[in-house]
Amino acid sequence: MSYNINEKGYYGEFGGAFIPEMLYPNVEELRQNYLKIMAEPSFQEEFNQLLKDYVGRPSPLYYAKRLSEKYNTKVYLKREDLNHTGAHKVNNTIGQILMAKRLGKNRIIAETGAGQHGVATATVCALMGIDCVVYMGEIDIARQAPNVARMKMLGAEVRPALSGSRTLKDATNEAIRDWINNPVDTHYIIGSAIGPHPYPDMVTRFQSIISEEIKWQLLEKEGREAPDYVVACIGGGSNAAGTYYHFLDNEDVGIIAVEAAGKGIHSGESAATSVLGKEGIIHGCKTLLMQTNDGQITEPYSISAGLDYPGVGPLHSHLYKSGRGEFYSATDDEAMTAGLELAQLEGIIPAIETSHALAIFEYKTFKPEDIVVISLSGRGDKDLQNYIDYFKL
Amino acid sequence: MNRINKKLNEDKKLLSIYFTAGYPSIDDTVGIIQDLEKSGVDMIEIGLPFSDPLADGPTIQESSTAALKNGMTTEKLFDQIKDIRDTVSIPLIIMGYFNPVLQYGVEAFCKKCEDIGIDGLILPDLPADVYDEHYKAIFEKHGLINVFLITPQTSDERIQYIDSISNGFIYMVSSASTTGAKSGFGDEQANYFKRIDAMKLKNPQIVGFGISNNETFTQATTHAKGAIIGSAFIKHVTNNGTDKIDDFIKTILN
Repeated sequence: MSYNINEKGYYGEFGGAFIPEMLYPNVEELRQNYLKIMAEPSFQEEFNQLLKDYVGRPSPLYYAKRLSEKYNTKVYLKREDLNHTGAHKVNNTIGQILMAKRLGKNRIIAETGAGQHGVATATVCALMGIDCVVYMGEIDIARQAPNVARMKMLGAEVRPALSGSRTLKDATNEAIRDWINNPVDTHYIIGSAIGPHPYPDMVTRFQSIISEEIKWQLLEKEGREAPDYVVACIGGGSNAAGTYYHFLDNEDVGIIAVEAAGKGIHSGESAATSVLGKEGIIHGCKTLLMQTNDGQITEPYSISAGLDYPGVGPLHSHLYKSGRGEFYSATDDEAMTAGLELAQLEGIIPAIETSHALAIFEYKTFKPEDIVVISLSGRGDKDLQNYIDYFKL
Repeated sequence: MNRINKKLNEDKKLLSIYFTAGYPSIDDTVGIIQDLEKSGVDMIEIGLPFSDPLADGPTIQESSTAALKNGMTTEKLFDQIKDIRDTVSIPLIIMGYFNPVLQYGVEAFCKKCEDIGIDGLILPDLPADVYDEHYKAIFEKHGLINVFLITPQTSDERIQYIDSISNGFIYMVSSASTTGAKSGFGDEQANYFKRIDAMKLKNPQIVGFGISNNETFTQATTHAKGAIIGSAFIKHVTNNGTDKIDDFIKTILN
């Protein structure tokens, strides 16, 4: 079985491009060009140069000694938190801004939940001198003030999404509506491995630098390219897709995904899509998503703003359905506890999204000789207020 | 012959009205359909509300949100209109997004439509190629016409393809926009309408998006078979309630 995308844009039965005709020319233009452009030597050169000099790659693969001792296994942390702007998101926005330039676009739109992807998009737009509009739910704007200020400082316009539940899902709807209204000059930088084909594949390929580096870094440290397990948190699933990518077809490598269970999987306040979701269509793609029996998309919940998306990317639906991936979900409490533990054992304050991945030790016991690579997808500066409130610091 | 095809054969310009089922009140559906027929409308699109209507502007979004809050569901809509053919003969189309249809089951949905006397479907996010490969046979088995959209950006080649798999009319979106975003047509639209007219497609075209009054209805139908009004009708109902539908239709047709 292949776990990669097929020529029609599907991972198994998931994916595709379920878009209104108004979006067809834009998405089709991208579909016809993205692989060709990504393969151009000048593109590769510019992309790699920016990842090195601007983002600060390669990100370290760090052997977490005290964490390893505590859980009696070998834990490596892939330090995406050390990237410029503080998370893996920038790998994708660098790639997509170069793509947009080559497609002749002079205006960028993006959606954002917590603001991390919005900041990463505003950053690359400033870098390239391109106009940038970021859609953000009105409620998220209120609760993520520092990131809103960052985006503004970087020259982006932050437009509130006033429809629906006024969070990430609705910001995505608004960005798509903007694209419908501006079909010629605008490129939409989607922030996760979601959306109509070719977005999930394009985002995954830009993020695949994560697993590409893990391979040679692990070879240096352990004399082997493949770990026993790769672990990542999943909202839409872009850091996970990048972390798994080069190991998808190597079935000796266990793939582990940790979703957000919120206040408990069946509490009614959760984002554990693999458990609660059913196959359906969201934002142009067939995937697992949380919905009513009637097919209305429901609002997820997680303490982490980056994980409260009602769907997962189609690659992850395929990994779940085929059994290739092991899926777990960590509650708010388990994640917060794991985040605090990493701070105190290793001196690293992780993003709350990432803390969900670190909560894997609640659910799975590894062998002492196992090599477990966890994607440390982002740093916790943006979440300090949440940590303060939660732990009464 | 399907009621839509029969209507398209009539020698007149057609007015089609879109409304959101379950709005303004949950039980308005049947009354609105009956009043629209009486007021001289040629075709009706019954909007099945969806939580995330990507192609719609604020007016239809808000009516959809309100309809869902009122308790509208796919089952509820089918129940409301199950005897609709006892009282009206106007062509009826259900317009909505693909996910609710998928969850109901495409085959079951189509069968239910046939049983009730629905004539066609418009599902903007069901792509032409997916329809062609997976669902065309099911739609046709149940006598349903599926309507596709084209826009000013749609290539001639794709328009020809869409024409080849259509069996009713083509929904010609007037400009690159969501519903209700723009009003009034300029030279750009006029040229687009003429360009499509000159292609001599096998399916007639009906223009939608941006039509709100007699002037825009006349402009749109100069080079097309008919026009669809959605947001402007919903605004009328929001502001005037459901007992003055005839007044609105008169302003369009006179």
